[in-house]
Amino acid sequence: MPTQPAAERVRNFQEVALGFDAGLAQQEAVRCIQCKKPVCIQGCPVNVKIPEFIQLIADGDFSGAARLIKETNNLPAICGRVCPQEEQCEKYCVLGKRFEPVAIGRLERFAADWELKEGVTPPARPERKPGKVAVVGAGPAGLTCAGDLARRGYEVTMFEALHAPGGVLIYGIPEFRLPKAIVQAEVEYVLSLGVQLVTNVIVGRTLTVEDLFQDGYDAVFLGTGAGLPKFMNIPGENLNGVYSANEWLTRTNLMKAYQFPSWDTPIKVGQRVAVVGGGNVAMDAVRCALRLGAAEATIVYRRSRQEMPARAEEVDHAEHEQVQFKFLCNPTRVLGNERGWVEGLECICMELGEPDASGRRRPVEVKGSEFVLDVDTVVMALGTSPNPIVAQTTPGLSAHRWGGLVVDGTGLTSKAGVWAGGDAVTGSATVILAMGAGKTAAEAMVKYLEEKYRTWNGGGGHRPTP
Amino acid sequence: MHRIVEKQVLTPVTKLLVVDAPLVARRCEPGQFVIVRVAEAGERIPLTIADFQRSAGTVTLVFQEVGYTTQVLGTKEEGDFILDVVGPLGVPAELLAEGRVACIGGGVGVAPVYPKAKALYQSGVEVVSIIGARSHDLLIMEDMMQAVSHQLHVCTDDGSSGYHGFVTAKLQQLLEAGEKFDEVIAVGPLLMMRAAAEVTRSRGIKTLVSLNSIMVDGTGMCGACRVTVGGKTQFCCVDGPMFDGHQVDFAEAVRRSLMYQEEEKTALLQCGCRGGSE
Repeated sequence: MPTQPAAERVRNFQEVALGFDAGLAQQEAVRCIQCKKPVCIQGCPVNVKIPEFIQLIADGDFSGAARLIKETNNLPAICGRVCPQEEQCEKYCVLGKRFEPVAIGRLERFAADWELKEGVTPPARPERKPGKVAVVGAGPAGLTCAGDLARRGYEVTMFEALHAPGGVLIYGIPEFRLPKAIVQAEVEYVLSLGVQLVTNVIVGRTLTVEDLFQDGYDAVFLGTGAGLPKFMNIPGENLNGVYSANEWLTRTNLMKAYQFPSWDTPIKVGQRVAVVGGGNVAMDAVRCALRLGAAEATIVYRRSRQEMPARAEEVDHAEHEQVQFKFLCNPTRVLGNERGWVEGLECICMELGEPDASGRRRPVEVKGSEFVLDVDTVVMALGTSPNPIVAQTTPGLSAHRWGGLVVDGTGLTSKAGVWAGGDAVTGSATVILAMGAGKTAAEAMVKYLEEKYRTWNGGGGHRPTP
Repeated sequence: MHRIVEKQVLTPVTKLLVVDAPLVARRCEPGQFVIVRVAEAGERIPLTIADFQRSAGTVTLVFQEVGYTTQVLGTKEEGDFILDVVGPLGVPAELLAEGRVACIGGGVGVAPVYPKAKALYQSGVEVVSIIGARSHDLLIMEDMMQAVSHQLHVCTDDGSSGYHGFVTAKLQQLLEAGEKFDEVIAVGPLLMMRAAAEVTRSRGIKTLVSLNSIMVDGTGMCGACRVTVGGKTQFCCVDGPMFDGHQVDFAEAVRRSLMYQEEEKTALLQCGCRGGSE
């Protein structure tokens, strides 16, 4: 797929991967051998009808392909860009055994972008069904759950804590990987299905889950994500110039600090930036650092390259952009100058020992190997855990010790009428897994609402109570 | 969008806005705050809820014009709109149900002290308030504080009205005169809150301060507002903003509050506004 040249793109926030044109898309689509029993679909958490939409692209019916994808996936332009397809649909592609798998993600993106450009026609509104649902959090899980319920005819209101919907799609993933205009267009599509959006409402503070039931909602979906940043608890972490990746990315993406002072939110970027961590968030943070004007940006990761959880494609992009990598290296202390600003990061070298519970080899410190990295900004990208506000303020809602909400196979929580899904349940994972969880919960919620209103005669009788 | 239903100019640089925000007014308690974004390209800033009217669905915000965003907010008039108001945020203040409490407000810090003094006064606690400003014309909410205090002491740095000196000096004077307090609540500039905590430390009087850290989201997702309290990192927006003043690392809080000093100046200059009030 064509990309912006590395030397050029590190100076802007525009999208790196430019996408297929119609010719390239059709050329790729005809590679699909249209398996009788398509195994690619089993790798897709929202079960997109992959061979069928690819056939439509091969036939030149691009809008038809987009409409078909949208039967099961409300956010295809987003998924086509940020899904780790190599671990999902494309992993199962039969062609992948001997050749390159079909570029399913890129084709999905192509069809979705085509439709966005041509103008999206929302599907006809279905017959209105009795039942009112509150979806908490307008990230990938909430958007999927809300979209699926609205499409089935239910009245859905989505509550979002920030001033803009999208969750991690809007505050976390940078513009150069996922343009915000695309997010906005796909969110608008979900709203066009009949979903109401209320921003600036923090469930647990502005309203409680109990309030929602009292306000007449029959069921609640909690898609509140995992927004609580982890720190290392090492000395110097509160020095000026130390950021959590969440703060760094929120300032940059949601608040557009890269356009300061035309946008009002500032960000402080040093000449040399260290980003601690090896996941996709670390890659996003380090690549933002270069675009924000840092002369040098370094990933500090305690294991080796093979163990990095980031997508291979993102690591390659970062490397081409001249990001430095310090593997087997763990911070022990942030050093500050007399004014309290970061002036170095003391690290210790690591070696790999026995595999741990995650199956990855456990990093062990090499005694006496401390050294100092000369940096003036440090970003901690160590992962996040679920925000505790909802669990703390909802009686009867059980959470694990690490913060994840306890659910059954359908996403039902320990509280009647309340479902949950996405990072709020699993801890930080992927966009598409959150969407899959939103879809599963929506299915279960439909059954619940149908059951609840089975004896209700559509307005004449008493509305059942929760 | 939130309509401004009332505006009062308290001093040349301090404004009071009563803002339509029914969801915030429904649940908020003394000690909580909101995050405000004035316009589309705007930043998110925290403002204390100085008062609330549940039946009218409004909250009262009091702010000093110290930089670009507060100056823009200061130009808003009755009938104008604020783009985003989200809250209530933070933990409500845990207030004593009986006894005698000193409520101390310095500068614009009188605004966050007011709802606490009011709640204490209404629950039957004896409230001794000490409010101050650099000079008489910068003093705010004197009448409002008078109405919720059993005793009110006014202080000015230049002696233009009331006691000539800092609010913390007045507190020390009262303590030396033998006055007893079960608790002290002090809100104002960081240096004033630190001084108040130093006055009470040796006497072992519990002292609550309200920290005004830099914030972005205000919901606990970023840690911009982190402070060290009792040796542990806390997020001001979800663990605070009220903390035990004897446990707060004020030196760190002051240092972190100055992190964007240069950018704040740039913002003012680029937008062609008049300079800050300081």
